[in-house]
Amino acid sequence: MTYDLIVVGGGPAGLAAACSAWEKGLKHILIVERDKELGGILNQCIHNGFGLHRFKEELTGPEYAGRFIKMLGDTGVEVMLDTMVLEINARHEVHVISAAKGYEVLEAKSIVLAMGCRERTRGAIGIPGDRPAGVFTAGSAQRYLNMEGYMVGKRVVILGSGDIGLIMARRMTLEGAKVLACVELMPYSGGLMRNIVQCLQDWDIPLYLSHTITDIVATNGRVSHVTVHKLDENRQPIPGTNLEFDCDTVLLSVGLIPENELTRAAGIEMDPRTNGAYVFENMETSVPGIFACGNVVHVHDLVDYVSAESERAGAAAAAYVLGGAPAGDALTVKNGADVGYTVPQRIRVSNVPKAADVFFRVRRVFKNSVIEVKAGDQLLISYKREHMAPGEMEHILLPRKLLDGVSASEITVSAKEA
Amino acid sequence: MKELVCIVCPKGCRLHVDEENNYSVTGNSCPRGAEYGHNEIKNPTRVLTSTVRLEGGLYRRCPVKTNKAVPKRLLMDIMQALNSVSLKAPVQAGQVVLPHVCGTDADVIVTKNL
Repeated sequence: MTYDLIVVGGGPAGLAAACSAWEKGLKHILIVERDKELGGILNQCIHNGFGLHRFKEELTGPEYAGRFIKMLGDTGVEVMLDTMVLEINARHEVHVISAAKGYEVLEAKSIVLAMGCRERTRGAIGIPGDRPAGVFTAGSAQRYLNMEGYMVGKRVVILGSGDIGLIMARRMTLEGAKVLACVELMPYSGGLMRNIVQCLQDWDIPLYLSHTITDIVATNGRVSHVTVHKLDENRQPIPGTNLEFDCDTVLLSVGLIPENELTRAAGIEMDPRTNGAYVFENMETSVPGIFACGNVVHVHDLVDYVSAESERAGAAAAAYVLGGAPAGDALTVKNGADVGYTVPQRIRVSNVPKAADVFFRVRRVFKNSVIEVKAGDQLLISYKREHMAPGEMEHILLPRKLLDGVSASEITVSAKEA
Repeated sequence: MKELVCIVCPKGCRLHVDEENNYSVTGNSCPRGAEYGHNEIKNPTRVLTSTVRLEGGLYRRCPVKTNKAVPKRLLMDIMQALNSVSLKAPVQAGQVVLPHVCGTDADVIVTKNL
């Protein structure tokens, strides 16, 4: 049997894409998930704050996932758990392996890639020092603590002030550990202000901005000490500024990387700015009939936005299967001054309903500012913002009417002070 | 006078709260900011999320939360109370684990079917 749609990954992106494709009329849909249950990383995110946009209430991660799992239960979507996708290709074949059924090659009319992202590790950032036990990514420690029931340490230093690191600072403190410091390379935190207040300040945990770990010392194979230095404007350690911490654990919250091994191996065109696939206005990749959504395309701040983007991808997969491939020339969207990337990177104007969603991140902190969209020197539209920061994804809607009037082959999105 | 950063939205207004003047708030740019500053100094509250022991489930821990915000000063007391809880699978999201925890009007409830 050929499936209408195979969704790779059963986290928030995969769940929303599958539900949406079902609603739009696809009948043979399969989600392939490598874990023992649906919900993805939300299952270990037991804190609250999810769903404010989507459900207008604050849910915990498992509750947010639970809403979508329940929705999926009301459809006829099939789910394969404990199953790993090994390969996909442009012929829409999906190679999977599981202990229960062995190796299988499945066929589909369309595919949605929803593999999410994974954490950068110690190896990715090259911290000097010994190589002992006791160094974890914040997300692995979160899974150990919140699901498997293991306390990973008693005296903790956290490197990186991304949201997962901040959340783990509070979580470890609540469970009786002493969190000695949160150390951030940049002069500003990458996390939400709410988390700085409720995860660090509530518990008197110091945040050292423009600092990093310069040495990890082991005793009997376990972390026993770390050295932290203040950094100059070139991010070089300043001699004599060392802070010394006796600790048994280092948690790393130093960024996320979209997990795109399958995407690359399928020959899908990748964007080096996002580490995700280039996508069109409907989240279709460079290979017709293969779509991508959620953190595998670009790392989001809020799961609410992942769900919305994934519903568009699921609906587009349904339109592809039921109505055929969209036609028309594509407009290239370029990132201009102080904008790091855009998603989508390409817009087929004839396929845009009323407006095209464009997401991006700015490269620095802005107070009163404007986002400008230009074709060459011609200003097409601008949007006012009171506040923008690299840690907060921006979103604009480009009206179809406006795009219809563009004769150039590319447009540029940039940011500047008002 | 106490100073704090508003967390209602990403703008991060610097609020000044006057404890001697009925906790009046200045520096806010919206009414939600005033409400936040007032409550945060007068009676700070938080929703507590944690886990409790689970027997016979897919995992050894079951996620829980208080179904209302509780006074911040009680968070560690509630953590202590949760240490004595042990659940048996199956559990349903919404199931009450500890009613009126530590004398508050909040219940600790399960947040996942396991």
